[in-house]
Amino acid sequence: MDFINSHLLSLILFLPTVAALVIFFLPKDEVKLIRWMALTASLIPFALSVVVWVNFKSDASGFQFEENYPWYEAIHSSLHLGVDGLSLTMVVLTTLLTPLAILASFSITDRVKPYMMLFLMLETGMLGVFMALDLLIFFVFWEIGLVPMYFLINQWGSVNRNYASLKFMIYTMGGSLGLLLGIQLLGVLFKTFDLQTIVEGWTSLSSSDTFGQTFFTVGQVKAVAFWAFVVAFAIKVPVWPFHTWLPDAHTEAPTAGSMILAGVLLKLGAYGFLRLVLPLYPEQAQFYAGALAFLAVAAIVFGAFASYGQTDFKRLVAYSSVNHMGFVLLGIAAAAKASGTLDATIALNGAVLQMFNHGLSAAGMFFLVGVIYERTHTRNLNDFGGLFPLVPIYGGILIFTSMASLGLPGLNGFISEFLVVRGSWPILTVYTAIAMLGLLFTGAYILKGIKSVLHGPLNEHWAHGEHELTEINTREILVMAPLMALILVIGIWPAWILDVINKAMVMLF
Amino acid sequence: MTTELLIWLIPLPPVLAFFLIVLFTNRNKALSHTIGVGAAGLSWLGSMVVFARALGAERLAEHPFHSAIPWLPTGDTWFNIGVLIDPFGAAVLFFVAWTIFMIFLYSVGYHNFGQPKGDHDRAGLPPHGATVADEKTGHKHMVPSVEPMYSRFFAFLGLFAFGMYVLVVSDNLLTMFVGWEIMGLCSYLLIGFWYGKESARNAAVKAFMTTRVGDVFMLLGIAFLYSATGTLSFREIFTEEVLHVLATTATPVLGLSAAGLIGLLLFIGTVGKSAQWPLHVWLPDAMEGPTPVSAMIHAATMVSAGVYAVIRMFPLLSLDASTMTVVAFIGTFTAIFAASIAVAQNDIKRVLAYSTISQLGFMIAALGIGAYVAAAFHLITHAFFKALLFLGSGSVIHGMEHGVLHTGDHHVDPQDMFNMGGLRKKMPITFWTFLIGGFALSGFPLVTAGFWSKDEILADAFGHGHMAVFITLAIAAFMTAFYTMRQITLTFLGEPRTKEAEHAQETPWTMTVPLMVLAFFAVTYGWVGIPEHFPGLGGLVPNWFHDFVGHTLEHVPEAPEFSWVPLLTSLGVALGGLFFGWLYYRNVKSAKEDVFQIGVLKNKWYFDEAYNFLFIKPVYWISETLVYKWMDQTVIDGILHTFGKVTDWLGNKIRNWIDLPVINGFGDFVGFRTADLGGAMRPIQTGRVQQYMLLAMFLLLIVGGLLFYFLVMA
Repeated sequence: MDFINSHLLSLILFLPTVAALVIFFLPKDEVKLIRWMALTASLIPFALSVVVWVNFKSDASGFQFEENYPWYEAIHSSLHLGVDGLSLTMVVLTTLLTPLAILASFSITDRVKPYMMLFLMLETGMLGVFMALDLLIFFVFWEIGLVPMYFLINQWGSVNRNYASLKFMIYTMGGSLGLLLGIQLLGVLFKTFDLQTIVEGWTSLSSSDTFGQTFFTVGQVKAVAFWAFVVAFAIKVPVWPFHTWLPDAHTEAPTAGSMILAGVLLKLGAYGFLRLVLPLYPEQAQFYAGALAFLAVAAIVFGAFASYGQTDFKRLVAYSSVNHMGFVLLGIAAAAKASGTLDATIALNGAVLQMFNHGLSAAGMFFLVGVIYERTHTRNLNDFGGLFPLVPIYGGILIFTSMASLGLPGLNGFISEFLVVRGSWPILTVYTAIAMLGLLFTGAYILKGIKSVLHGPLNEHWAHGEHELTEINTREILVMAPLMALILVIGIWPAWILDVINKAMVMLF
Repeated sequence: MTTELLIWLIPLPPVLAFFLIVLFTNRNKALSHTIGVGAAGLSWLGSMVVFARALGAERLAEHPFHSAIPWLPTGDTWFNIGVLIDPFGAAVLFFVAWTIFMIFLYSVGYHNFGQPKGDHDRAGLPPHGATVADEKTGHKHMVPSVEPMYSRFFAFLGLFAFGMYVLVVSDNLLTMFVGWEIMGLCSYLLIGFWYGKESARNAAVKAFMTTRVGDVFMLLGIAFLYSATGTLSFREIFTEEVLHVLATTATPVLGLSAAGLIGLLLFIGTVGKSAQWPLHVWLPDAMEGPTPVSAMIHAATMVSAGVYAVIRMFPLLSLDASTMTVVAFIGTFTAIFAASIAVAQNDIKRVLAYSTISQLGFMIAALGIGAYVAAAFHLITHAFFKALLFLGSGSVIHGMEHGVLHTGDHHVDPQDMFNMGGLRKKMPITFWTFLIGGFALSGFPLVTAGFWSKDEILADAFGHGHMAVFITLAIAAFMTAFYTMRQITLTFLGEPRTKEAEHAQETPWTMTVPLMVLAFFAVTYGWVGIPEHFPGLGGLVPNWFHDFVGHTLEHVPEAPEFSWVPLLTSLGVALGGLFFGWLYYRNVKSAKEDVFQIGVLKNKWYFDEAYNFLFIKPVYWISETLVYKWMDQTVIDGILHTFGKVTDWLGNKIRNWIDLPVINGFGDFVGFRTADLGGAMRPIQTGRVQQYMLLAMFLLLIVGGLLFYFLVMA
């Protein structure tokens, strides 16, 4: 027990990879065994992260459950792990969504073994980013996560998967070049990659001094490095205008891949803003807050419009992510501009909660799109119509999840969007007001989806014979049940999670 | 049980009913409606107890029933939510509880509980009727069939009731907004209840989106208020200091004070929810929903919620004169605008729909001129008589549908008033209660509640010198009486105009009992607010309403001095409108003879068409073409693809221009030339020792000769 208690984070982090290795040695025809093995293996990190959540002391500042192992001593990089209220929330989201995504993947019949292995390795990649307290380790996990996702899209995706997976891979890697350079710069400068040391040292450098033996001032270097970080994370979030990889990747990815992509991978970008950009570049972030807010509002408004303009159900949901993640960045921009104020704290609370909430509702929405796609083999909204009487349970679940995505009060999305709006209003008033246009059209595209799929005259094609639409099955309901429960619970009683986030935000910024 | 705890519990039964029905009992119709109606009954009971205690409480305004708990952590403090019942809240709770309970009960009959399943009924479409054979004769005939989604209806209705109760008992704007939006969802679900109909599906989306336009402004208003004051609790906002700060803070928008701008933003929410011009377009289409829903949305809950919200925020709104002018203008204009459309409608429910918009306009106008108590009074009397009228019209439609099933001619629209006539004999209870409701709506003097509340609005407008408002509302009141009598005459009086009307039938007790209960309030509720100086009647009963509700405000508003002008106007327009309506329409036999079937009125001043042209179509274009196809796929992806192509081209060129010719070329050159050289030397390598020897000797001779020449000769 002592070993488990003292190695909680590394167990959570590496157990999925260990499980993937075990699966490697299983015979590939034992599909059932592989599936259950993968599911069980992904449930253990979830259980452990619940243990971490329960034992987490939200009042204490700094990082908890820290572990530090030498890794690459020659360049002073070490495997330094730890969580605070921000990263813990994301860790729980990841360990929660992975088993659900694996359960959702039980319908995969093609090359189950490599599929499950990739999925488990993906989990390690994502968790590593959230837990890393060492910049190099952060970057390593950041890149590791790309590889399994690339193959998941490329091998198990739909028609246009080659284009989509390449775009996803190249775009994200291209973005992280600047990030790598920035990290190298910091590493060379401070002879360590330890996050906390670097944050202290870097922020204490005066902007007007000359940078080393160059002609540049520290301020100029910081500004360039700031944008290098921002672009890397902005592509991942994704922020307008770096978002066009997302609809392609989401649309082509297998259902569970989209769940994780929307549920967790997008959060990596937003997490990067909160963990690195704001602490490392408070002045630059404040200076460029207007630009960030502009991009955020563009994402909110254009994301909503583009979503409304879709005829492909999955693409509609994909664009909704652009719209929703825009609110996260808006909150971050507001906090950057007025760091330390109550408004900033409220905006950050909203942004972090919005990350968690979007993880729940977007994963749910993608899964539901997948459920109907598996049965009808079409995602074209015009091919559906009036399906509600055929699939009443599915219809009810779809409406519920859609409403969460729409931000209906009483469900989780409203709380976070309200907090963001409330926090940014006094700081970025005009931008917040324009963002309301996006909020309005969130309603429009959500209702368009429901209207085209469930309501209206019944499309008889799906009512009889071989095309007869079957109701959502028990396994699929089991995937949705935890998501729906959390959506409702956070909507009604958000304090249990918001309190942890709030305390972390107060201590961080 | 403490009153506060009881208030917390009031909203819960309907929402529990919702979850119970959706999750467990949806296959059992009887159990579902028992749970639904039972839950509504429990909430009703709780509300009555709270109302009674509120009546008995001393100085309720200063010491309202209030309790709050921390909900959202914000930095070092918490945002609290709680329940609050002050005099105004108690008065609203009273009518909400009664109307909701009656609507639940009515729904049992309306959806034909106890009738057989339909022959071809399908979820998502209204029931079409079932064929039954008479036991003795074997004669087959059609009877109404039970609604296929009967259980679901009660679940949705429960959630709706929950939303309204949350709104009424909230002590702060945020949870009030939560209830507000939950009702928005329920109206969407219930207007689109028969979602299989194209028209219902569109009406549902239209209702949700139009009200959402108002809602996003309201959300901004809430965010603004919260930022400016640090609280959303009514009791904390409505204090001298906070209000003073809000009134004196300037904003860059239109020269409004912070209070004015917040008030305006919140008011836009009400414009959407209470279907005021220019966001009124959703409400008439909302008639696509089953009739109990129409009553629920248009009388008991949702549209009242909009007015409730502005009355609640009155202390804030009244701080800025410009905002009040806007409110008064919108209300007054809506009142007469909607009334003009109502005159030309033939669908029995649509007349009521426009009448609702118009009456809400009266309330908003009253609030805009500062007549707080009158607005609240009309809100409540209207809720009773409009719920009565909607349920009455539902009963009429139900009766007519019976006739349609009897004749089997499904082309006859059971909602078109020109297909009716003479129903007073067939449906006496419906007739008498509808008459009471209609007279209350028209403001029939002395006996009806509508008279007292409408008269108070007119008296306030006149007494405080708002002559434009007074005259416009008086004309609107005349039109109200006129179209109401038109409706009553066409529906109930004269002789049946169709076979279907001849075979109409009175509806079951579950439908008529709610009608009678509501009719009781449509008459008596006016008596609690008779002004003290009213000639003859004033002072016989105390003006309880003014005393009780007026004390909600810190400064109880003065009732205007008595004047004969508004009273006579009020009498004149009500009686005149009713008289002329009867005089004209008793002789009109069909829609063609009706002179008020004017295109512009019939087509609702072409607002739907204009909005379609101005907003809907551009939005389609912006979404599909501009943002998606042009910006994302052409420009942004174009840049990306160009980048990709340039890289590809560059790679190609590097290969073809540098790698292949220069680098490869050099390597190849060295390699191939070496090989060539080797090849050239090959003939020497013959493998014959004699030749090697010969060559060696030859070389030796040359080398020896050279050495000799250089070393010896030189």
